[in-house]
Amino acid sequence: MRLNKEWTIKGIAMAVTGTILVLAGIAFAQHRNFKEEVVLGPGVTTVRTLGDYFAPLKGGPNDANVFILDSGEPGGTMLVLGASHPEEPATSLTAHLLVENATVEQGKLIVVIHSNPSASTVTRPGDAYPRFFHIETDWGIKKFRMGDRWANPLDSWPDPETYVHFPSGQLLAYMDVRNLNRTWPGRSNGSLAEQTCYAFMRLIEAEGVDIVIDLHEAELEYPIIGTIVAHQKALRIAAMASMTLTAEEFRIGMEISPLALHGLSHREIGDHSNAPALLAETPQPFLDRVRGITDESLLLTGKDEFVMKAGEFGLLYWPIDESGWPIDARVGRHCSTVLKIAEFWTLFNRSKPLVVTSVPRYADVVANGTGYFFQDPATASASKVVYE
Amino acid sequence: MAVMVLYYVITALFTVILVRNFIKTRDVQKGILYLAVLMPFVLRLFRLK
Repeated sequence: MRLNKEWTIKGIAMAVTGTILVLAGIAFAQHRNFKEEVVLGPGVTTVRTLGDYFAPLKGGPNDANVFILDSGEPGGTMLVLGASHPEEPATSLTAHLLVENATVEQGKLIVVIHSNPSASTVTRPGDAYPRFFHIETDWGIKKFRMGDRWANPLDSWPDPETYVHFPSGQLLAYMDVRNLNRTWPGRSNGSLAEQTCYAFMRLIEAEGVDIVIDLHEAELEYPIIGTIVAHQKALRIAAMASMTLTAEEFRIGMEISPLALHGLSHREIGDHSNAPALLAETPQPFLDRVRGITDESLLLTGKDEFVMKAGEFGLLYWPIDESGWPIDARVGRHCSTVLKIAEFWTLFNRSKPLVVTSVPRYADVVANGTGYFFQDPATASASKVVYE
Repeated sequence: MAVMVLYYVITALFTVILVRNFIKTRDVQKGILYLAVLMPFVLRLFRLK
């Protein structure tokens, strides 16, 4: 009798556990396998993948799409990296918008929408991150994956006790062995993130990249925000871009990449290649630790009363008011920053011009919304649709 | 890669031990605890989380 009661309770517990496992498993699998549709814009001439530059990545989780917009005219080559940290969605949206809209009249533009695709297949349920977010367009709702800061542990496991950066030997937090912006310049036999950075360095060499822009977002509690961080080789460009953007469009600062802070794109790409690197940051209240309800609305509107309260107490490094920091403002800032850096690259390198057109600036994106600039994959020919 | 495979072997081992303990225990509270602990191991073994 007692045995029957015991197994009845155990049976119910097994059924509940099984249900939780199935429901959670379906949710995780849906997110991991969801593909974003990208319509190739008029400027895209070739789509390659990172595995073309470093074979071991081919077909793997970080075999990222590389969109090449080649004018066919001689000039400079710029690489724009989106979603080094996929929990910073204005970066992948900006890169996506560049692929679908940009045309290049001189030089070559290379865009990567998800630089660490593995990190875009996982979120932080413990931090209440949504799995997806949605952008309104003229033709319907476009769905995107929300991601995390680090590569998916399913693709890169286990982490070391302490991550020793290569080649500097600097000690970093263990999980940063999966952080694409702590593993530059990478190594061929390292972790997934290190191999991905290694592949990007080979891409930079093979394509003759002259300048790299790594797009990011940051919490308002973090001092490096609303700014362009520049390698010493790119200080003039960053300074001029910062000053003219502040005068013409929006306030943006400029920081010099610290010499001893290793693993970051703005330090290592410039040190280990001919291409100077700049990192652009926009404010994203979703990432603040003092934030309130964490949901898709906060991700897209950037409105949070707790972050605002922190601002009233002088605890933030960037202003915020009732308007928040909506996704359109953040995408618009990145669009204008990329364009302005291209303009000043051309000004300072007359023999290697880079002329990018048909990309909306800050005011255009704020006025029309990010979704206005996305093309409808349903009306595009199948050969023009690529999956991310 | 070899270390990753080894970690999956360790995960499988813990899964087997937890299932065995769940079956053998006469204490239902402990049984429920074993099931709760089992969940992340199963999700990792099936490469879902």
